[in-house]
Amino acid sequence: MIHLVKRPQPSRAWSYATPVLAVLMTMVAGGAMFAALGKDPVEVIRTIFWDPLFGEFAFYFRGQLLVKAAPLILIAVGLSLGFKAGIWNIGAEGQYILGAICGAAVGLAFYPMEARWLIFPLMIIAGALGGWAWAMIPAILKTRFNTNEILVSLLLVYVAEQLLAKMALGALRNPDGAGFPGSRNLSQYASASNPELIAGSGMHWGVVAALIAVIFGYVLFARHMWGFQIRLTGESPRAARFGGVKPTRLVIFCLGVSGALAGLAGLFEVAGPAGQISIDFNVGYGFTAIIVAFLGRLHPVGILLAGLLMALTYIGGEAAASNLGLPSAAIQAFQGMLLFFLLAVDVLTNYSLRFGKGEVA
Amino acid sequence: MKRRTLIAAAAALAMGGSAFAAGHEPLKVGFIYVGPIGDGGWTYEHDKGRLAVEAEFGDKVETVYQENVPEGADAERAMTQMALQGADLIFTTSFGYMDPTINVAAKFPDVKFEHATGYKRADNVSTYSARFYEGRAVQGIIAGHMTKTNKIGYIASFPIPEVIRGINSAYIHAKKVNPDVEFSIVWAFTWFDPAKEADAATALIEQGADVILQHTDSTAPQAAAESAGNVITFGQASDMSEYAPMPRVSSIIDDWAPYYIARTKAVMDGTWASVDTWDGIGAGMVGIGEISDAVPADVKAEAEALRDAIADGSYQPFTGPINKQDGSVWLAEGETADDGTLAGMDFYVEGLTGDIPQ
Repeated sequence: MIHLVKRPQPSRAWSYATPVLAVLMTMVAGGAMFAALGKDPVEVIRTIFWDPLFGEFAFYFRGQLLVKAAPLILIAVGLSLGFKAGIWNIGAEGQYILGAICGAAVGLAFYPMEARWLIFPLMIIAGALGGWAWAMIPAILKTRFNTNEILVSLLLVYVAEQLLAKMALGALRNPDGAGFPGSRNLSQYASASNPELIAGSGMHWGVVAALIAVIFGYVLFARHMWGFQIRLTGESPRAARFGGVKPTRLVIFCLGVSGALAGLAGLFEVAGPAGQISIDFNVGYGFTAIIVAFLGRLHPVGILLAGLLMALTYIGGEAAASNLGLPSAAIQAFQGMLLFFLLAVDVLTNYSLRFGKGEVA
Repeated sequence: MKRRTLIAAAAALAMGGSAFAAGHEPLKVGFIYVGPIGDGGWTYEHDKGRLAVEAEFGDKVETVYQENVPEGADAERAMTQMALQGADLIFTTSFGYMDPTINVAAKFPDVKFEHATGYKRADNVSTYSARFYEGRAVQGIIAGHMTKTNKIGYIASFPIPEVIRGINSAYIHAKKVNPDVEFSIVWAFTWFDPAKEADAATALIEQGADVILQHTDSTAPQAAAESAGNVITFGQASDMSEYAPMPRVSSIIDDWAPYYIARTKAVMDGTWASVDTWDGIGAGMVGIGEISDAVPADVKAEAEALRDAIADGSYQPFTGPINKQDGSVWLAEGETADDGTLAGMDFYVEGLTGDIPQ
């Protein structure tokens, strides 16, 4: 018999080791699945994890890794603040959409004026404000009326999606678009575009913003009073109240920051890789970022690595689907396995295993 | 391989490209799909086209595909990755791939691209689409005759000209045989989402519709109609014959195989050029699926006569007099619509209620 015995303290060693263990277990189980599908498991795993980084076309895929990881990291860093304090912003997807809409609207309002020094910074501010404002709705409803921020922020995602469709079909629609929905392409409008800073590198302003967010997140938790208050509130809400933490201000702060960062991610995406406001502009970064935040153990550096790993499974997975003829469902199942194993082996962080007869209950 | 620009990589590919012309390696043909190949509709038919290319050319081609590719930034990566892997010809099979196709094509001047249902072309980008509205006219005739409640439900995807043309064409022809007919249109804002499509179908049926037309790709509306009973549907993009004879009474079938074979052959022969292809029933790109026994013989005969008239060019589905929804004259008596107007159609015809989302 195997017994689980709760550790007095979560194991530090295991908290580092479990993600690696989970990846290895995913490779084994996923490899078995790929073999069952009639593919060479080693080749598939290599295509997913190795080729994008070191393969023949890595010069392209490394850049794409940054493009895919940047919004995930930017959003996840913001979410981690609230998650640590027990404030659950599940609606980053909606804040991401609003950031994109507001930022794009500012850029399009100036079209075709050429003044990058003015327009692009204004778009960045508008993007952050758009995401912030959308997050303030659940924040104020929570602090004023004690509503549940999980529900409010989640449901606002669907409102944001409707708004997005409305904008793509109405106010922001490209007048030269031959009757098709979607805005003008911002990436083709020099003053409003978010291009690669070095051609072919994938490095755009959103990537820079994500790295800055990681550093700020790190400093906040390591050095700043707010970071301490967030941790304290998460670990012991009562102690936090006695210690002078004002819950209302904390809710406003955490939701505001995560909303603004999600809005920024949306702005950088719409002005860069996506290029335009379209009905299905959002592809789920806001939700995937929740996974990234927990995968990274709510730690900024962990989130950085988790975001890159997540991006790798997307990009490598796509390559495997395309080159090896795998169904996209198999790739999704593979990603699902990764998350499943991460959660499953997480138990080792808080519990140790005992083998033998059940003398310890 | 050291870091290089994409242009350099593309140049390397071009050299590879000239090698196959001498018969050294198979021509690599890629397909980007918006749905899963098992959707039973739009993507399923494109994939049948891909398999037809393989069957036609055997060892001389190698095909690759990627399914469920979102329309946007991810599509650009999927295409780039195919081009990097040596694809010589890439079919991008959804409207939302338009800008990504143009962007990637600019980076790989020696790779040929074919974009379905869009309007932007380049030296190495062709566009192609089918005149689905011709099939909608045949559907409209059957639907107008078959409805008992005079309510026809229409599950529309995105408000783009292709979809609006289909609604107008179906409505004009249903109205022609049944002046009391009314259309209820639901905009699903998706090409493929079985749950959403089923919800839309159920809602329309609950509002009294006994005919469901769909411009979305899954068979979910068929299943919803089947369980409701006494509701008829039409297969969309694919025959969907597993739902015949009821609820599916006929279908619009997209047959891409001849086009895909011809374009692949053109690349092999070195005769490929950027063109805009828009074929209909006559050229065989749009097929009308078997009209089932649930349809009375005289209605079936009328529908088939219309199909044949469209095929031989003696009838154009948009022939005046037709007014726009606001009552203004669009086409005078005997006048037919030109392709330019049809390609950018952004209005309903007179009699349709509701607004196109904007």
